[in-house]
Amino acid sequence: MIKIGVLALQGAVREHIHALQGPDTETVIIKRTEQLDEVDGLVLPGGESTTMRRLIDKYGFFEPLKAFIDSGKPVFGTCAGLILMAREIDGEAQGHLGLMDMRVERNAFGRQRESFETKLYVRGVGDDVEAVFIRAPLILEVEEHVEVLSKHGEEIVAARQGSFLACSFHPELTEDNRLHRYFAQMVKEQQEQEASTIEA
Amino acid sequence: MVDTGTDRVKRGMAEMQKGGVIMDVVNAEQAKIAEEAGAVAVMALERVPADIRAAGGVARMADPTILEQVMEAVSIPVMAKARIGHIVEARVLEALGADYIDESEVLTPADEVYHIDKSEYTVPFVCGARNLGEALRRIGEGASMIRTKGEPGTGNIVEAVRHMREVQSQIHKVANMSKDELMTEAKNLGAPYELLLDIKENGKLPVVNFAAGGIATPSDAALMMQLGSDGVFVGSGIFKSDHPEKYARAIVEATTHYDDYALIGRLSKDLGSAMEGTEISTLEPSERMQDRGW
Repeated sequence: MIKIGVLALQGAVREHIHALQGPDTETVIIKRTEQLDEVDGLVLPGGESTTMRRLIDKYGFFEPLKAFIDSGKPVFGTCAGLILMAREIDGEAQGHLGLMDMRVERNAFGRQRESFETKLYVRGVGDDVEAVFIRAPLILEVEEHVEVLSKHGEEIVAARQGSFLACSFHPELTEDNRLHRYFAQMVKEQQEQEASTIEA
Repeated sequence: MVDTGTDRVKRGMAEMQKGGVIMDVVNAEQAKIAEEAGAVAVMALERVPADIRAAGGVARMADPTILEQVMEAVSIPVMAKARIGHIVEARVLEALGADYIDESEVLTPADEVYHIDKSEYTVPFVCGARNLGEALRRIGEGASMIRTKGEPGTGNIVEAVRHMREVQSQIHKVANMSKDELMTEAKNLGAPYELLLDIKENGKLPVVNFAAGGIATPSDAALMMQLGSDGVFVGSGIFKSDHPEKYARAIVEATTHYDDYALIGRLSKDLGSAMEGTEISTLEPSERMQDRGW
């Protein structure tokens, strides 16, 4: 059994909880920092990244989140979550949590009328993964140790770096939960690895 | 294949606003204050509802310059209001790039019979509702987000509370009905049958439901969240208060932590005066904005 938390300061929390639920996965809505101690993996949901960052600072989540990340536990960010995870944000002085070595652009497709949905191939996940892009960010470039998982045309829209997973679209707004299962598998593998290290 | 303007894309945009505060602003400077305070979106207007009320006359879509300046100033989504039934104002706002259109009773209605067929637009719409029937009629027309009507520009929360309570209790009622009761309920509510079926299956509206119309203090915002709102619109409350910046931040925090009473107490200290309020019973029937639309 694994436990995955969804950071619930603002945004689409319920949808992630719904998408994560499975026979081997427990979910936790994270509103207080001490709740981070009980989970094996964390989802940073979609929402407004500016608002979320402000609330992260306001409620003293920044350091606890950093500690969570340093512990090597898996993190999955969608849309605003991806922005929070990037080391560099185009046009801004600095990133937020900066855990993935990539440069991203906010609202890269334009305004809401340019928002769209489509189906994508996601490496390790499958074909025709349903993807809803809402005022979505893009990954402009990644360093070589970051694995590109999916492209929309020429643009990078999903990537993985070790135990960190990020996509610029919203799998949680669809009934297609393959990316969430993929993340749950990452959490499981991390847990097994930890268990074997302790035994050794 | 790429599809724009689908239900998932339009409703999803509102899902991302959940737990947040959307603030009315009349210029770029106010928009920046709102963004800085943590607003999830702003509503660009020529006048806030309290001033529309005071000015009287016909209230229309704002000057596009205001919308453009606000869009230029902030990176959060920008909403704008069109008159009820005013197809062209809505199309113009869509063409200008508004991220969301409020077909709003705050403006003077252009059509007293028909609302806009919102399903035809790429841009999503939010509409006001006093009860479940009204909410479902608007969703049936294609609205991607619902808000209570309340009584805008009064700084009086009582109507927003009435509307949120009414919608929630009607949702609970429908969710607990047997399927064979639904068609009669659809007739009684004047609501599409398919949407009642959806509520019975899911126990909630198919779109997010925000509170609006009379929210003046951090406690008001938290009250609406406790009654089941997905988020809050604050119109006149912020920029009609003594200290807009502090006030805006306090309302954002109270909305996030609506059940932390010690925090809301601290937030409410030394905020200065809230906007001046209006007792609903002193309004003439013609001054009641909530009775516009059906």
